[in-house]
Amino acid sequence: MLAVEGLVKRFGGFRAVNNVSFRVEQGEILGLIGPNGSGKSTIFNMLSGTLPPTEGSILFDGREIAGLAPHRIIVGGIGRTFQIPRPFHRLSIFENVVLAGFYGQGRRSRSKAEEAAERALAMVGLPTDRRASVEGLGAAGLKKLELAKALATGPKLLLADESLGGLDETEMDQAADMLRRIRDELGITIIWVEHIMGVLMRVVDRVMVLDHGEKIAEGLPADVAGDARVIEVYLGTDADASLAAAVAEQARRRIGV
Amino acid sequence: MQSFLNIFDIYLLEAVINGILLGGVLALLALGLNLIFGVIDVTWICYAELVMIGMYGMYYLVQVFHLPYWAAAPLVILLVALLGAALHFLVIAPLLTAPPINQLLATGGVLFILQSFATVAFGIDFRNLGIRLPVLALGEMNFSYARLLSFGAALVGMVGVYLFLTRTFTGTAIRAIAQDRQIMPLMGVDPKRIYLVTSAIGGGLAGLAACLLVLQYDVHPFVGLSFGPITFLICVLGGLGNFIGGFIAAFVFAEIISLGGLFSDLEWGYVLAFAFFIVMMFIRPAGLLARRS
Repeated sequence: MLAVEGLVKRFGGFRAVNNVSFRVEQGEILGLIGPNGSGKSTIFNMLSGTLPPTEGSILFDGREIAGLAPHRIIVGGIGRTFQIPRPFHRLSIFENVVLAGFYGQGRRSRSKAEEAAERALAMVGLPTDRRASVEGLGAAGLKKLELAKALATGPKLLLADESLGGLDETEMDQAADMLRRIRDELGITIIWVEHIMGVLMRVVDRVMVLDHGEKIAEGLPADVAGDARVIEVYLGTDADASLAAAVAEQARRRIGV
Repeated sequence: MQSFLNIFDIYLLEAVINGILLGGVLALLALGLNLIFGVIDVTWICYAELVMIGMYGMYYLVQVFHLPYWAAAPLVILLVALLGAALHFLVIAPLLTAPPINQLLATGGVLFILQSFATVAFGIDFRNLGIRLPVLALGEMNFSYARLLSFGAALVGMVGVYLFLTRTFTGTAIRAIAQDRQIMPLMGVDPKRIYLVTSAIGGGLAGLAACLLVLQYDVHPFVGLSFGPITFLICVLGGLGNFIGGFIAAFVFAEIISLGGLFSDLEWGYVLAFAFFIVMMFIRPAGLLARRS
């Protein structure tokens, strides 16, 4: 359903994303991993229209969307969550989600928007009460709200950006299960960007690894976790090297490599 | 002595009530400017000049084309709303990512263009509608119907905007975009459309203010100077972009002007109001309702 060809993003002389191509099939969960600054978020920004690509093509359901304005891409069927939740604090939870439901589905009608909002809130497990305030939500609740907003826009493809940062182990597992349920029950295809490899490897069908803006590996989680270049990238990075090693180890254990 | 006190109290009460009536119209003006600033993050320096164009619109429709007041008013509101949208489309939209000083200078340029245009097109004569509304005598106090009507219409206008902002999706999107402008497109909202609608509402509020002010004041090309600066001070005192702060500040200013005018000339009321503003800028530089950090 998504075919990305030769995607390039240059900032001045710096190539943040260098000639990346990949495909995503209907109903798939694709994991997108890589160290900080490897170009994951830049790819997401180009897919959702926030940044225009320097070169390359993005075919979504056979239609070229590279360089379209973000609101057109969202209405066209791609939803996006953010690494750092950005709710509207002065609106209620319901208002946040119903707004996404109304505009994300092309301003159809109030009842359709409210229906979409209620379904999205029920899916992520947030109160559908009209007046519930954003203020009481913790880190996990804010991530759920972020997800509900994206779901309410009625996406066929969901771009989930590092959904689990700032959550504890149980919350992480719950959130990962929720992404799987969104795929299983709603039939929504998902691309999931994540730092924390262990949980991601457990849920995704395929995984793609980026380093310095280039694709260095792609395939089944088990194969990728054993790939020498991937291990080197995750070990050879910054001060978190030991942590990364532990994470990679944990990932291998969980998927039984 | 006793009779002196009685008269004094009556005058005081009259001044307080007149201050409230004046505050309604000032709050309406401040709301329009605050809406534009809060949502688009641009200050329309030429806001009062839109009001001036609206007042001329009323003059021509009523005096030249002989339309009744109630028929001319909606046309003028529509006209100035379109003018606001055009201002955004032609001047603000191309400068949306420009430094704020460029935006200020550009709308400042529009101010002089509108003043000069009015001077050339309408001349420098003072014009009015030729409508003299009666005066309401309440005991020994006198209130002009023009002020009462203005106050009532300003309140209706503000309630209308409040309902629009809270009850419709477009209104909710306008409030939301004021909080985070980058996230809105990712909810499927076209920010350009929201900005255009907001500018039209800001213009419409200027149009409504024009319909009300023209009942009390003569129109001339520089009439914007009599309420433009005070509108800016109100918005800054209330905290730019803060609707409730602007509402409260409008009544604070109106009372200072009205009560200050009671003890001396009306001009001294303005002097007091501006002096109060300067003092407040030292005490609460971020506005009346700013949270203490």
